[in-house]
Amino acid sequence: MNDGRGVMVFGEVSESITYELLGIGRSLAAALGEPLSCVVLGSGIRDQARELIAFGADTVSVVDDPLLKDYQADAYVTVMHRLCQEQRPNILLLGQTIAGRDLAPRLAFRLHTGVATDCSELAIDPTSRLLLQTRACYGGNVRATVVCPDARPQMATVRAKTMAALARDDSRTGDVIDLDAGIDASCLRTRIVDESRETATGVRLEDARVVVAGGRGMGGADAFKQLDTLATVLKGAVGASRAACDAGYAPASAQIGLTGKVVAPTLYVAVAISGASQHMTGCSRSKVIVAINKDPAANIFKEARYGVVADYREVLPAFTEMCRELLE
Amino acid sequence: MDIVVCVKQVMDADTPPSGFRIDARANDVVSTSGLPPVINGFDEQAVEAALRLKEAHGGTITVLTLGKDLALDVIRKPLSMGADELVVVWDAAFEGGDSYSTAHGLAAAIRKIGTYDLILCGRQASDGDAGQVGPGIAELLGMPCVTFAKSITATDATVRIERAIPDRYEVVEAPMPCVITVSNELGAARYPTLRGVMAARRKQPVTWNAEALGIDPSTVGAAGARTKVLRLFLPERGGECELVAGDTPEQAGKRLAMKLREAKVI
Ligand SMILES: Cc1cc2nc3c(=O)[nH]c(=O)nc-3n(C[C@H](O)[C@H](O)[C@H](O)COP(=O)(O)OP(=O)(O)OC[C@H]3O[C@@H](n4cnc5c(N)ncnc54)[C@H](O)[C@@H]3O)c2cc1C
Repeated sequence: MNDGRGVMVFGEVSESITYELLGIGRSLAAALGEPLSCVVLGSGIRDQARELIAFGADTVSVVDDPLLKDYQADAYVTVMHRLCQEQRPNILLLGQTIAGRDLAPRLAFRLHTGVATDCSELAIDPTSRLLLQTRACYGGNVRATVVCPDARPQMATVRAKTMAALARDDSRTGDVIDLDAGIDASCLRTRIVDESRETATGVRLEDARVVVAGGRGMGGADAFKQLDTLATVLKGAVGASRAACDAGYAPASAQIGLTGKVVAPTLYVAVAISGASQHMTGCSRSKVIVAINKDPAANIFKEARYGVVADYREVLPAFTEMCRELLE
Repeated sequence: MDIVVCVKQVMDADTPPSGFRIDARANDVVSTSGLPPVINGFDEQAVEAALRLKEAHGGTITVLTLGKDLALDVIRKPLSMGADELVVVWDAAFEGGDSYSTAHGLAAAIRKIGTYDLILCGRQASDGDAGQVGPGIAELLGMPCVTFAKSITATDATVRIERAIPDRYEVVEAPMPCVITVSNELGAARYPTLRGVMAARRKQPVTWNAEALGIDPSTVGAAGARTKVLRLFLPERGGECELVAGDTPEQAGKRLAMKLREAKVI
């Protein structure tokens, strides 16, 4: 199967990672001297195809079908499997998103190939011309560089905010190809029976320039409200560690880290968070990390730029008040 | 309702970086902390999910693990929580496997187990963090798969899974048999009872090698792997932390705000 050509990006119209994938895809394609294509699946998505060209794709395949409206593994795996067999990409990149985490392993097994999930660095080895896929393991305590020597495509999912998107260039040209999904409802063995979206209020956590995050040491849901106050002053959003979410202090949608969201704000304020590697995975790309923790030996101080060693209950009100004064 | 739960023995995820080293030649992580290994946290929660289903519907829970040098006390934990059987799969042929070939070994064992309505796995293992084995088993056995379960309920021939997805609520219905991967939102796994621990000690695991599984050795271990680790290394840690102090914690808090202002961070 060692006959793949081209870099293919699995694009998700609602996810900004798609632009990051096109950014890294472009540079991998250049290193190989191969084209960059993008595939988007969905319903009523055709309008967005041009934009993917402006962000770096040479061609965009659009599979527009009502059955593809929501991500459902059975439909998406079937369509992507067929597409990969027809287009035979050398490399296939997906986002480490909710859909990507589910789709990538399913698709890899069906294609009898390997996939490296949650990669944060990708490069072409100049000698072997293989895709060097670097990813964290052991919760972020260890990193591994892996290759997929023989099977094709070489597949990777990419962690959000680790790759740079290209600047939008509307003068770029490329082909948009419409493809039939070639599926009917019988391919769906599972069924979404109920769904709703939380309507986000305020700044979206992933896009916030300031994130104020609390951990298990906050001690309760009420205490978390102090973080809301600070976030409002700093025009930021509130995040949380998994331990804080598991304890019910914060909603699961606030979780930052390996199995939560990835943020890279200008300022990350970590309050009563120990700084476990699985948590830092989701915030280590922040420009400045500030830690408030009563334990001077907490790992968070190894990652933070500024820190205060104290009980947050004594520090936070004064800190919040001073921020308010300074920003008035 | 018969359930197979796949579990993996891993190094304790709370092991600090000072508690292990990298064996560059074997491309392996070696624990030096003296902490005993544990069952992967999400897998323990998969056992918990199975126990809740068993409480509601009866049936048996078979725990399946693939690995070498397993600590019997550790891998017996699901039995002491209330699972019925333990199957341990190992063979020299499985050495050097990746997610791809490991899923082949587990899928072969599940075929041999034969009767099951559900296969449960953790969403990912805390060592490899790959998250591939559950969906992989589903592909190999031709079954549907639902990932990141927060709760599972069963009626007759179908299961309903609420998925743990940020900013979204999603309930999926799947026919049985199917594979479900479990996320931490399911809730903490129960502690073994003393009686459970005693009962587990009396149970011997069933052990199967490659031959017992009737598996083609070229599909497992290093031979069946699709990916190859070139290098394992430690990440670079961030720079210096400037600790901001004051006569009182309040003063330290104020100073911190002023520092951030000076540095134009706020
Ligand atoms: C596979 C896997 C995936 C994971 N994924 C994630 C993930 O996505 N996100 C995540 O966050 N975690 C994740 N974890 C869990 C992670 O390992 C840690 O357990 C978790 O991040 C700890 O959260 P915490 O820092 O809030 O709690 P703790 O580690 O308990 O730390 C609490 C901190 O609060 C401090 N403190 C207590 N009281 C006060 C006070 N009054 N004032 C000031 N400081 C105080 C303590 O000194 C301590 O440092 C994962 C774990 C595994 C195994």
